[in-house]
Amino acid sequence: MLVACPKVSSAALLGLLIAYGPACAADALTIASFGGQYTASQKKSQYDPFTASTGVTIKSVDYNGGLAELTAQVRSGTVSWDVVDVELQDLDLGCADGLFEKIDPAQLPAGSDGVPAIADFVTGSLHDCGVGTVVWSNVLAFSDPAFPDAKPSRIEDFFDLERFPGRRGLPKRPHAILEWALMADGVAPSEVYRVLATPEGLDRAFAKLDTVKDHAVFWETGAQMIQLLADGEVALSAAYNGRVQSAISEDAKPLKIIWDRQIWNADYYAVVAGTGAKGRALDFIRFATDTVPLAEQTKYIAYGPVRRSSQPLIAPAIAATLPTAPANFSNALAFDAAWWTSHGDAINERYAAWLVQ
Amino acid sequence: MNAASPSRAGWVLVLPLVAFIAIAFLAPIAIMLLRSVHDPEIADLMPRTRKALARWDGVGVPQMAAEAVTADLREAVATNQIGRLAQRLNRERNGFRTLVDVTARQLDRNPEAQLARIDPGWSDPDLWRLLARVTSPWTGQHLLNALDVTVSADGTMVRQDEARRLYVEVFLRTAWVAALVTLICALLGYPYAYAMAAAAPSLRALLLFLVLLPFWTSLLVRATAWIVLLQRRGVINEGLVAMGVIGETGRLDLIYNMTGTIIVMVHVLLPFFVLPLYSVMAGLPTSYVRASASLGAHPMRTFARVYLPLTYPGVAAGGLLVFILSLGYYVTPALVGGRTGQLISNQIAFHMQRSLNWGLAAALGTLLLLAVLLLALTLPRLAERGGLRA
Repeated sequence: MLVACPKVSSAALLGLLIAYGPACAADALTIASFGGQYTASQKKSQYDPFTASTGVTIKSVDYNGGLAELTAQVRSGTVSWDVVDVELQDLDLGCADGLFEKIDPAQLPAGSDGVPAIADFVTGSLHDCGVGTVVWSNVLAFSDPAFPDAKPSRIEDFFDLERFPGRRGLPKRPHAILEWALMADGVAPSEVYRVLATPEGLDRAFAKLDTVKDHAVFWETGAQMIQLLADGEVALSAAYNGRVQSAISEDAKPLKIIWDRQIWNADYYAVVAGTGAKGRALDFIRFATDTVPLAEQTKYIAYGPVRRSSQPLIAPAIAATLPTAPANFSNALAFDAAWWTSHGDAINERYAAWLVQ
Repeated sequence: MNAASPSRAGWVLVLPLVAFIAIAFLAPIAIMLLRSVHDPEIADLMPRTRKALARWDGVGVPQMAAEAVTADLREAVATNQIGRLAQRLNRERNGFRTLVDVTARQLDRNPEAQLARIDPGWSDPDLWRLLARVTSPWTGQHLLNALDVTVSADGTMVRQDEARRLYVEVFLRTAWVAALVTLICALLGYPYAYAMAAAAPSLRALLLFLVLLPFWTSLLVRATAWIVLLQRRGVINEGLVAMGVIGETGRLDLIYNMTGTIIVMVHVLLPFFVLPLYSVMAGLPTSYVRASASLGAHPMRTFARVYLPLTYPGVAAGGLLVFILSLGYYVTPALVGGRTGQLISNQIAFHMQRSLNWGLAAALGTLLLLAVLLLALTLPRLAERGGLRA
């Protein structure tokens, strides 16, 4: 725990001047997450209680997913993040690339009901390099006043500009939106990833996206997405369910969620390889992924905890807004992180080119 | 130090600045230029393969190299670099990641396994030609990619597939936006600079203050202010709807597209046009204009034949400044440009921050730098030759 701050070498002086921030205090931890209401929920349910119980201050950094910034830090040897909140496809890739420290699940505390961690976490939420926190979902959301008559209710409606005119919000990354494009084009959910793996299938998905391209506004962060919807800048948008729910319940925005064929994914905490605060980072992860903090988090954002023992602690009114509530989950599709790991590079590149063309 | 002549002492005083420029300015540019043609990542991770393929004649499947690849992959697994290698190779050819992962896993179980037995992918001569090319640390590929050209499997240069053709169009778009922004700045800025030069001192101070005010406001604040004004439920659209000029469905798309980029860029860059022009106009003796008038010239003629030519250096300086700054604009298009208003800098940022293809980012940056240098060197000369000199 002595190596909290980078040592001063003459060559690193200049870099140090820039990088030396409050994060490098004796007892601090820098955590990168997705910002906005999501980070706020982590702060209230995990960061603040951790600081209160251990005295370790937490510096919160926003990022936008993807491994680029992290890779740059690890490869250049200037690691300034200690813990990152990552999605599964990034965790898989980063773990294989040696960007994350390994985490032994046996070190995690048992659930509040005494069930050992390995049985308490739902299948897939424990990873060699990360510990799962929440299940969240890609959904469609719309601005209620934008559709005074019929309301959109299905994935197909996103691409139906005749019945549901108005601008569409699309993410700047291809996840989920490509899957929806194929489903709206008639591909069964169970077939989506198989079809998308073929060149014809990919062309078909892009052709479907082309139909809304002229009406599309692209967002990069979840916070932007909510802003576009709340301002009426877009009528119907791809969205993250938790942020939409927060805008509805906390800010009384007239937004609605479409649960049809939601594509759910999970987030994980991982420790950045080469961080000087590995011990503290692991302490934090053990603390934050315990039964109570995970249950607490649902009060601030509608993402479902991955610990089974957290479920009974959630108020029924909140439980109904989670992606995993039975009424919402009926035809949900699991985001295939492994598929994206092996196909993502080329598709990301093509999607980025498609955006600009 | 006492013995030093004053001029030498002067040089010593300048040294910190020279060192600063060398470290903070010249070195990064040199590194960027180098990165656009020098990419040793694969060569460093596959040193044996590189050696083996350097002597290969390019026909069939080289047996020697297969052993080298096996050894390199095993070492990459041992040093925990296999994921990085797989990712990097996958950028050269889609599917390479899976091939490397599968092969590495098999080699882990059976170190003596033959590559071709593990996966038929290794029997493809094109794959070996690709490996021979990418294991060389020097490459022209990033520069070619930046021009939408790619090297096909048999080594000939071809244009990119249509779905991936991008950068030439974005370069042209950037040049077009820069030209348009410069033109609009000239049309708006010229009368304003004239008003400043002609106004009484107190009014002039106010006009100058108004030009400088945006300079003192953060770029982000200005962009956000424009979003508030221009968006579909923004001040302008709401006003037009309230006045009945446009209907509820006819709201104007003024932002998150090319229009937004141009409006905000003009606003941000206008001072760069007005200030140099004003300094030229303020220095002009009024006697020329009066002489022209007293000789009987119509005010229009006086303006066109006397005043305008005298202000050309200011127009050229301001125009060049605005044009070159526009070519590299990044923040404004990123915030208000939406999909269609993105410029080449946004592509460079994408490859720096998201795709981690620093070679391509460097190549795009190099081309942009060359374009700017060319303009900065030739435009003033052209302007002189064209008589744009006082």
